[in-house]
Amino acid sequence: MNLSDIWFLLFIVIIAGYLILDGFDMGVGILHLPLARSDEERRVFLNSIGPVWDGNEVWLILGGGVLFAAFPLVYASLFSGFYLAMMLVLLVMILRTVAIEFRSKRSSSRWRTGWDAVFGLSSLGLALLLGVAFGNVLKGVPLGADGNIRMSLIDMLGPIPLLVGVTTVAMFAMHGSIFLSMKTEGALQARIASWMPRLMAVFFALNTVLIVALAAFHPSITDRYTQHPWLAVFPAAALAAILTAWYLLRRGRAFWAFVASSAMIALLLASGAVGIFPNLIISTVAGADNLTIYNAASADNTLTVMLIIALIGMPFVLLYTAGVYYFFRGKTVVEPHGY
Amino acid sequence: MDVDLLSRVQFALTASFHFIYPPLSIGLGLMLVVIGIVYVRTKDPKWRRMSFFWVKVYGLIFAVGVATGVVQEFEFGTNWAEYSRFVGNVFGSLLAAEGVFAFFLEGGFLGLMLFGGNRLGPRMWLLATFMVVFGAHFSALWIVMANSWMQTPAGYTISETPLPVRAVMTDFWATVFTPSFIPRLLHVLVASWTAGAALLLSVGAWFLLKKRHVDIAKSTIAVALPFFVIFSITNVVLFGSEQAREVVANQPIKLASMEGLWQTQTCAPMYLAGWVNEEAQTTSGIAIPCMLSLLAYFDPNAAVAGLDSFGAAPLPPINLVFQVYHAMIGMGSLFIPIGLLAALLFLWKRRLYETRWMLWVLVGTVFLTVAAITAGWWTAEIGRQPWIVYNVLETAKGGSPVVSSLDVVLSLIMFIGLYAILLVLFLYLLNAKIQQGPEPLEAVETTAVSALPDTFRDIFSRRGRAG
Repeated sequence: MNLSDIWFLLFIVIIAGYLILDGFDMGVGILHLPLARSDEERRVFLNSIGPVWDGNEVWLILGGGVLFAAFPLVYASLFSGFYLAMMLVLLVMILRTVAIEFRSKRSSSRWRTGWDAVFGLSSLGLALLLGVAFGNVLKGVPLGADGNIRMSLIDMLGPIPLLVGVTTVAMFAMHGSIFLSMKTEGALQARIASWMPRLMAVFFALNTVLIVALAAFHPSITDRYTQHPWLAVFPAAALAAILTAWYLLRRGRAFWAFVASSAMIALLLASGAVGIFPNLIISTVAGADNLTIYNAASADNTLTVMLIIALIGMPFVLLYTAGVYYFFRGKTVVEPHGY
Repeated sequence: MDVDLLSRVQFALTASFHFIYPPLSIGLGLMLVVIGIVYVRTKDPKWRRMSFFWVKVYGLIFAVGVATGVVQEFEFGTNWAEYSRFVGNVFGSLLAAEGVFAFFLEGGFLGLMLFGGNRLGPRMWLLATFMVVFGAHFSALWIVMANSWMQTPAGYTISETPLPVRAVMTDFWATVFTPSFIPRLLHVLVASWTAGAALLLSVGAWFLLKKRHVDIAKSTIAVALPFFVIFSITNVVLFGSEQAREVVANQPIKLASMEGLWQTQTCAPMYLAGWVNEEAQTTSGIAIPCMLSLLAYFDPNAAVAGLDSFGAAPLPPINLVFQVYHAMIGMGSLFIPIGLLAALLFLWKRRLYETRWMLWVLVGTVFLTVAAITAGWWTAEIGRQPWIVYNVLETAKGGSPVVSSLDVVLSLIMFIGLYAILLVLFLYLLNAKIQQGPEPLEAVETTAVSALPDTFRDIFSRRGRAG
């Protein structure tokens, strides 16, 4: 295992952290409009993620920074090649941030309903866009020999990427609903609980269609699995994780179901990652142009320095993040000066 | 319009808009820590009221700062792909380090800071506040470090194979401690603290003018004024001039542009205001003789290199650099008499509290501090042109080959619209918060202070739900 492999692994771990953490608060946003009916209920939703959502988003910032530092050629190609999509990502991220922070600042119902809509739609939009972007990475993009991706926003909206996008929305909605069932009580919790099986079923169906479609139309990923059959442990473990989540929810163990759902998200990402390994961007023009974790990586000196930085910094991050989550554990209570 | 210019405009717009907020969070953060310490030591509830009030303001500033900050990280890749390929090894790792060391601190503890008033005892709340503020300072440290590497690159070598050409780190500590890093960091931090103190003075003065929350207003001014005086004086006399000497040593073309100095001369003048005619290569205005030589070399007769001494080296837009630099210097120097006058009126039997014109001046000063900081940032960035990495990579060669003018026009329209709305909402909400003022403790406290956990043991040993 050389430094490129280590950084690929760490990058996937960071993205998994992002999907698990910001995934549940995006899910809360997606469910905000359909599930939280009164102002009180919407405040419960917002306050359940209130103290942690900003820290969750930092995982994406870190992912971007790590991509820039460890695989600068991928960072440059992906961000410039997906230009308008990235701008839309920024738009919904900004709208989402200000919706969460501004909603509680005024008490007028028009103000609050407006921001509720912005919060719900921007959460949905962010999940969809991230899914579409990841779908394009999975299926490959027109990457030229000069290392640049030439595709328009419309080109990005193929059936597979859209399917990945919708599946991501369903996945976060499911994940968020499990989180909410830990954080809510009474009638609201019962309503969420009645939605959870449906959300799980929708996600499960979409994900099955997605896997079949990928196998049928993008054999490059299946090839990796047929060459190395042991890789099937990742999707198999993901399947086991979601079944476990289902079982635990039926037993009323929401926290452990949330852990299982988180594990499933990480395992699905890992399944995709081992499917494209060692490529980071697959060229649909010529295989020789692929950007891999080797030809797109920074020099060893940088990767070593970064590893030292990560080894010093990340234990503290994990420690105090866990501390903050522990501190805010339990049911969400709406306070006069909360969100 | 060509895509290079559009990308420059977009980056300037988004960076300048973003850069309104972080200095205010850094400066206000420092003030919040001071207020928290005073409360812990005196137990006077008025300081606790101030904490509740200013934490809300902090949350608002922080939210817009975070929302607009993500844009910056994306834009290196979206609009400056060739730059990103070139500098990823060095610049990218400094940005990633900012994420690990700074953003997680801020993001992790922000919830505790914003909601800590009713969940944590005063000391623990102060600790959470300190962690967020420490994170904000750490963030400034890494970002100024990364930018300083663009100004005075060091600790790298150029690697040509395999393509693309890129800067590869050879010495981490040399890339960290580039010659401009420490002087620039100190200058930026002290400027941010000045802005934070000015924000307190502004709001305190406003309350006094409106005869609201008079007791709180007086304490706000009393705590912020000494900081404002010290920061504004030291930032001109010590840190600002030290930074100027750093530019003299490392970026002499930038220095000559800042002062519109066309010919190398001894006893070089320093302008208070003026105009550079780039066609005729002349500079006219009101100048203090020999001041630039004195500032640069502590010797009025020292020779300062003019623009004529750099041969065919490419130059930045000189008049623009001159104007933004002098805007910064002008405003920055103004803070000293404002602070000293306010301090004299304060010491003279607290007359400051009744001197309405001086209070109005204080109300407006915070806007000038933000404008001065922006002008300073523009001086640094425009003065570096036409280089994106000084003397190594040209800005014009740093763009994204696959991004079209139409793409950037669309995103630019989006940012202009979005940021206009954000600015209006920010000012509206900030104004609403200030008009409402600090609320009585009964209105904000849900639990008696004495019942809140104020040690680590209390926090982690409580049974049941934590709130």
